[in-house]
Order: sequence, then structure tokens, then C-alpha cells
Amino acid sequence: MSEFIQQLINGLSVGAMYALIAIGYTLVYGVLRFINFAHSDVFMVGSFTGLYAGRAFTQASWAGGVTVMLVSMLACAVLGIVIERVAYKPLRSRSKLTVLITAIGVSMLLQNVAQLVFGTNQQAFPDTLPATTFQLGKLVVSSKDLVVLGFTLCLLGGLEYIVLKTRIGTAMRAVSFNPQAAALMGIPIDRIISFTFGLGSALAAAGGFLWAYKFPRIDPFMGVAPGLTAFVAAVLGGIGNITGAALGGLMLGVIETMVKGSRWSTWTEAIAFVLLILVLLFKPAGLLGRVQAEKV
Amino acid sequence: MKHPGARRWLLVAMAVAVGLGWAQDRLDPYFVDILTRIAINITLAVSLNLINGHAGQFSLGHAGFMGIGAYTAAAMTLFAAPHVLPGGAGGWLLGMWFLVALMAAGGMAALSGLVVGAPSLRLKGDYLAIVTLGFGQIIAVIFRNIEPLGGALGLQGIPARTNLAWAYGAAALTVYVVTALVNSTYGRGFLATHDDEVAAESMGMNTTRYKIVAFVVGSFFAGVAGGLAGHFTLSINPRGFDFNRSIEIVVMVIVGGMGRTMGVILAAALLTLLPEALRMLSGLSPSLRWVGETRPLLYSILLISLMLLRPQGLFAWKRKGTVS
Repeated sequence: MSEFIQQLINGLSVGAMYALIAIGYTLVYGVLRFINFAHSDVFMVGSFTGLYAGRAFTQASWAGGVTVMLVSMLACAVLGIVIERVAYKPLRSRSKLTVLITAIGVSMLLQNVAQLVFGTNQQAFPDTLPATTFQLGKLVVSSKDLVVLGFTLCLLGGLEYIVLKTRIGTAMRAVSFNPQAAALMGIPIDRIISFTFGLGSALAAAGGFLWAYKFPRIDPFMGVAPGLTAFVAAVLGGIGNITGAALGGLMLGVIETMVKGSRWSTWTEAIAFVLLILVLLFKPAGLLGRVQAEKV
Repeated sequence: MKHPGARRWLLVAMAVAVGLGWAQDRLDPYFVDILTRIAINITLAVSLNLINGHAGQFSLGHAGFMGIGAYTAAAMTLFAAPHVLPGGAGGWLLGMWFLVALMAAGGMAALSGLVVGAPSLRLKGDYLAIVTLGFGQIIAVIFRNIEPLGGALGLQGIPARTNLAWAYGAAALTVYVVTALVNSTYGRGFLATHDDEVAAESMGMNTTRYKIVAFVVGSFFAGVAGGLAGHFTLSINPRGFDFNRSIEIVVMVIVGGMGRTMGVILAAALLTLLPEALRMLSGLSPSLRWVGETRPLLYSILLISLMLLRPQGLFAWKRKGTVS
């Protein structure tokens, strides 16, 4: 039983990070209706920014860790906005396939440039936040898991506030609901899309920072596997739906961790894919998504 | 639109393939190596073009189907052949068996194409891209977990059966089947699905069915190409059929121009030669050594700039009878 709870906590913290990435996919899909393949590499850049920013602090401290995280969030928000402006914006009127291929190209470009800049070897991520382990009876809980969960909850709370309570969040929802009508109402579409990319990328960077904090070995291809799983999480929750993405991320994190701890561990990488097929077969709109009739 | 010359072209190509196979021993091995790889890449790119270009669906797992074909064909020659063929079977019988193995490779790939495609092609949008991307990853996991197929190490000691005749024969057949299919009455459905799915559906066409047919046929030839590749490199492992291999094929289709068979053939040949050229360039002097390692970077820049500047492909000449 104690092992089960331990796996559950572990799975929830992995799932929280999936949720952070999945929300970026969902946000972008909400306003532009395409899969931003480069998102998983923004997550990777977030980790590496954390690595370099973390070197400024010799000791692990709360203030230092939070600063490092904010720095990588900011850097990746800028990166996300630049990617959108340079690569996606000129293609907005073109077919979706064109944008999708460009996104794959951007993803490969980020990976290859990262290889040139950071090297291909795995690098150790410095301890930027303090970490201890607690003993609760038989249960051994790493504070890292709790920190990841706590930080994620704060970030999700912040996101909820931005999307639901602020002016720009309202504009985001309007663009997602109907871009043409939103434009007619005087909402600056381009600025809202940029903001959405920035927001999603910042969350991915936070995810990347936390990921590296929990699994402190990072390399330029680290984003691929979590990115794919997080995308499945977004589809599972209903793409375009923020709560759904968070829920899907948590679910996938727990399921994957449970499988990893069982004797089927070598099949872990297949779980997300099998789930994706099942979702597409039985509930293509996702758990929380609504089926929408296509208008011509 | 009829293609009266198509069958004649197929015969010519087949004759060239047989001629090349006959001349193989007299050619430089390096030259033969490159020619074979060009043929295999043409088969892959033209079959992917049916899915990506003509039917307008986006598959990122073509190398996965190639892997299924490679493993199936290798298993047929390594494990099944000793039980079926009499001891000391001659060249003719071995050749026939290779044909059977290639058909089985294509069949297995087509079957998995059906399993993967059926649920994801019912939906509109980019789902196929992500499902096939995942499929490519999963195939590697599956092969790694099947011990009889060598696990992570893969299969070694596959007999060398692929020669220029087989490789170009398969390439010619692929080009013929794809061209004939697309230009047939039935094949108009692919283009309709590609051009406007909603309009096609309101004309009473079952677009899902067209998409699945394109996907299954494309996967079949990917499997055949995989079988050829396995009997050419003589050893296969799960890593050889990963996402990067899929992307290589996608780049060929995009550089050639989606839906343009001739352009895709040219692009496949050119992009097979490109790494050789880069290698040659980096061998010229130590200061140029970095050139050989820039291929992935080059591919990504090529993809982005083509999409931004020339989305119809590098070799896209104006199509007859199109207005745009």
C-alpha cells in the first residue's frame, strides 16, 4: 500500500509537468487550430536556460530557484513569440499542412541548434531549489515531488486568473471562440496570438525547469518524449480545453508511473500511444471536449 | 485524364532495372550502393507522396511501416526459408522466395497501416500526423521487446538479396501503381479529398475510405522498401526506422512538391546524393570537416524556408490544365 501511495505521488508530480506542457499545446490549438510541434523543444530550451541561469547561484535556495524559473519562463516566452512571428504568422492564410510542416521544421531546428550550442552530451542540472526527503511511517516522500506539485498548482492558478479574470484573457477566449467576430469587435488578433504563444511557452519553460529539477540530466532531445505524452494528454482532455489538458496530464503521469513500476516497464513508452488510439476511437472530442459541428 | 504511355514507361523502367541488375557486377561497388539507396528512397518517397501529396493526409511514421516490412522480410528469409525451401535451393528458387518475402513485408505493413489509419483517419485535422508520429516511436518499443527479433540489437546476417534489378523494379512498380491509381476514375477521389473534404463529402463521397485506401497502399510500398533495405544493409535494428528516417522521407516529398511524382523522384535522388556530396566536401580539407555534420540542420532550414518561400516544392512546374 505504501508503495502504491509513493508511486501515486511520484506519478502526480510527473503528471503535473505533463499538464504544464499540455496546456501550451491546448492554448495554441485554441487560437490557431494547429499542433505546435516546436512546443516540446521550447520545453527543452526552458531546461537549458535554467541550467545556465542556475550557475549564477552557488547555493540552493528558494529565492534563487524561483528566480531561475522566472528567468527561463521569460526567455521562453520571448522565444515562443519570436517563433510565432517569424515562422507561423506569414503562413496564417495557408493550408494547415503547411503550418504543420513548418512547425516540424522549427522543432528540428531548435534541436539541432541546441546540439550545436549546448553539445550532444547529457548535462547535470544544478540543485537550484532545496531538496529533502520526509519519512512518514513506511512512506518516503521526496520534497521534490511536493515542490513540483506546489509550483504547478500556483502556475495553474495564475493561468486560471489570467484566462478568466483579465481583459487579455477574455480576448483570448474570444479569439478562440470565433476569430473573425473577435477581429470585428476590435480585438487585436495578432497581439492576442503572440500573447498566447508567450503564455504557453512560459508554462512549458516552467515545466522544463521542474522536469530538470526532478530528473537532473538534460540533453537537446529531452523534450521529444514528454512532448508527445503531453500532446496525448491534451487530446485526452479535449484539445482546446485547459482544464481537460491539466486533467489529462495528471492522468497520464500516474498511469505511466504505475506501468513503469510494474513488470511491464519496458512497454511504458507505448502507453500514451495506446491511450491516444482508444480516445480517438471512442471519444474523439476528449474527456471534457464538446463535439462541434463543422460549419462551411 | 488518361495516361496511355504509363504502361509503356513501366515496361521500359523494368527493362532498365533488369539491365542494371545484369550490369551490377561490372559497376563500381560505391556507385551500386548509391544507386540502390536512390531506388529504395524513390519507392519510399513516391509511396508517401500518395498519402501526403495526393490524398492530403500527413503521415510522420513512414519509416515505421518500412521497419515492419524490413523485419517481416528478414524473418521470412532468416527463419521461414530453411523450413520451406529444400536444402541447397538454387538461385531461381531463392529469388522467388525473396519475392514472397517482399510481398509479405508489404502485406504486414499494409495491415498495420489499416490498424493505425482506420481510427485516426475518421477525424479531420492533424490527428493522423500525431498518431503516426507516436506509431513510429511505438514500433521501436515493440521491436525492442520481441526477443526472437533480436531486441534492441536487431537482426544480423540477413542474406544479400537486393540488387539493382529488385530495387529499381520495385521503384518502377511503385511509381506505376501510384500514377495509375491517382489518374484512374477511382483516384479522382483522392484529389477531391485533398482539395476540399467537405465538398467531396457533400457530393456523397466516402472520404474516410479514400484516405484509408491511400494510407494502406502507401504503407504497402513502404513495407516493400523496408524489405529491400533490410536485404541490402544486411542488418536491421529498431533505431534505423525512427522519426528521423520518417522525416527524411517527408523532406523528399516536400522538396519534390507534394502530389508531383516526377518532382518527388528527383528530390529522392538528389537528397540521397546530398549527404554523399557533404561527406566528399568535408573530406577535402580538415577545415571543412564540420560540413559533414550539418545535414539535420540543413534539413530543418530547408523545410522552413521551403514552406515560407516555395510551398509547392522545388521542382514544381506548372501542372497542365490548372489555373492558379
